[in-house]
Amino acid sequence: MDAQVEAGITTDPSRMRALEEKLRDLEKRLAQVEGQVAEDRVSMVVFSGDLDRVLAAFVIATGAAAMGQQVSMFFTFWGLSAIKKDTHISGKSLFQKMMALMSPGSSESLPVSKMNYFGVGAKMLRSMMKDRNVSSLEELMALARELGVKMIACEMSRDVMGIQESELIPGLEFGGVASFLADSLKSRTSLFI
Amino acid sequence: MSQVFDKMLDARGQNCPMPLVNARKEIGKLEVGQVLKVVATDRGSLADFQGWAKVAKNVELVGQETESDGGAPLYVHYVKRTA
Repeated sequence: MDAQVEAGITTDPSRMRALEEKLRDLEKRLAQVEGQVAEDRVSMVVFSGDLDRVLAAFVIATGAAAMGQQVSMFFTFWGLSAIKKDTHISGKSLFQKMMALMSPGSSESLPVSKMNYFGVGAKMLRSMMKDRNVSSLEELMALARELGVKMIACEMSRDVMGIQESELIPGLEFGGVASFLADSLKSRTSLFI
Repeated sequence: MSQVFDKMLDARGQNCPMPLVNARKEIGKLEVGQVLKVVATDRGSLADFQGWAKVAKNVELVGQETESDGGAPLYVHYVKRTA
């Protein structure tokens, strides 16, 4: 820069102040923009408790994690069945007990969305997948855990349905809509399954 | 083409997403600059490995070829760890 101009800038206090202010403003705007840039992140709402849909969710989750993405899965309503390890009846209201009895006891008894025929369809699908050497839902879930996939249980639907923490698999986080949105707003891909 | 590699992963018989997931695990054990050879029977792995290399910042797909294993196709991928 021209020495005279430089000297002019640095000796003119009002010009310096104006520049400093502009710089501060730019820094603030840059921080705002940085906060809005998507991360290498994939987020999903797993609303369904159907074996086929949950399988799709975990195939995407493990695939994305393998590709170097951060993955968040938010389990809500029927999707909570997928992260249940067993079912208790005690300590629940009448409706909650009815719901517990009519819902899958754990991930292993999820129905398929079509052709379930009282669980025969689900067993058939599992057997067909095993024949083709495709990982089971439980294997994919363990893999997701190993790859650092974040699993969040919806606290509101868990509470409404009376599902106790002790009925769920370990290592979950509990949160609400904002905990999902905090991740999904920073994701390149967001799915509702 | 005979590509040089440092380690081989046998993913034969594995289905989506396992060849990718296992390759990801193996590549993490390699040094930067080393190449992993993955042998798979899953046809989808061709596109999967291309997609992985496109998205991930630490891998490069240095080669892909389809070989024949007694009539059945074998999909071979060479993945280099770059970071």
